[in-house]
Amino acid sequence: MSTIAATGNNYVAAAYLVFLFLVLSYLAIMATKLSRIERQVVEISELVEARAASGASERAKEPVA
Amino acid sequence: MAFYAPTDADQGIIQKIFYVHVPMAIVALCGFIAGGIFAVMHLRTRDRRWDMRSYVTIHLSIVLAVGVLLTGSIWARASWGQWFVWDEPMLVVFLIVFLLYATYQPLRFSIEDPEKQSRYASVFAITAGAFVPLCFGAVRMAENLTHPQAGTMTTSGPSSVTITFLVSLVGMSLLFVTLCRYEMASKNATSKLRSLRRRLAGDDDFPLPAGRSAAPQL
Repeated sequence: MSTIAATGNNYVAAAYLVFLFLVLSYLAIMATKLSRIERQVVEISELVEARAASGASERAKEPVA
Repeated sequence: MAFYAPTDADQGIIQKIFYVHVPMAIVALCGFIAGGIFAVMHLRTRDRRWDMRSYVTIHLSIVLAVGVLLTGSIWARASWGQWFVWDEPMLVVFLIVFLLYATYQPLRFSIEDPEKQSRYASVFAITAGAFVPLCFGAVRMAENLTHPQAGTMTTSGPSSVTITFLVSLVGMSLLFVTLCRYEMASKNATSKLRSLRRRLAGDDDFPLPAGRSAAPQL
């Protein structure tokens, strides 16, 4: 009787672990994508800042009439 | 929460698998139908955001459907001694629906033109979405069922079983909606970044991401 109950417990634990594994895998994949987006945002913002800085220095070099 | 409900006299502890298996199945099937409704909205309005909603809903429903098949197999093994029973209509219909939707992503990926991709995917989502209630309606009307029904589970047991089941269902629905919003936000951010990159590439050799995607392009 106790063996049957233990086997039942194992099946229930396995089913809940499958669900947990699916949700955690999904979240891990989404976290990877989110970190990629963050990297790209940093990359683009650095480029925009560099452009803004070079534009400002070129304007400063222009002769004043 | 599942352990708040009493142990089933007939099935024993393995009945507790239903508190995760049944809500997952209901939410996955509703997700497939919602994907079809969003696809109708996409074809009516030509707004790509509806296509994105349809794509994300179907994508997440496929993930849940994998969970339904796995937890269902575990329950079947514990209860019937077999991982899968081929003469059980409910199981076979769910497998057919899952296999049908498994072709959704490859279908999208195979079409290069984004406009055609979203249109064809919407037609597929509507057809398959209509197929889901038809199939399960037919199975429910059929006789000689051996697969337990969600309705009998909640009406025949004590009130704690019904409460546990309803809380599980609400929890699963909220998880589904949250994950959908999470993925949608991620996809929107990716699209916005791509368009920013394109604008920067207009007067510069800024590297653009190469390759096509199954996901809709906003």
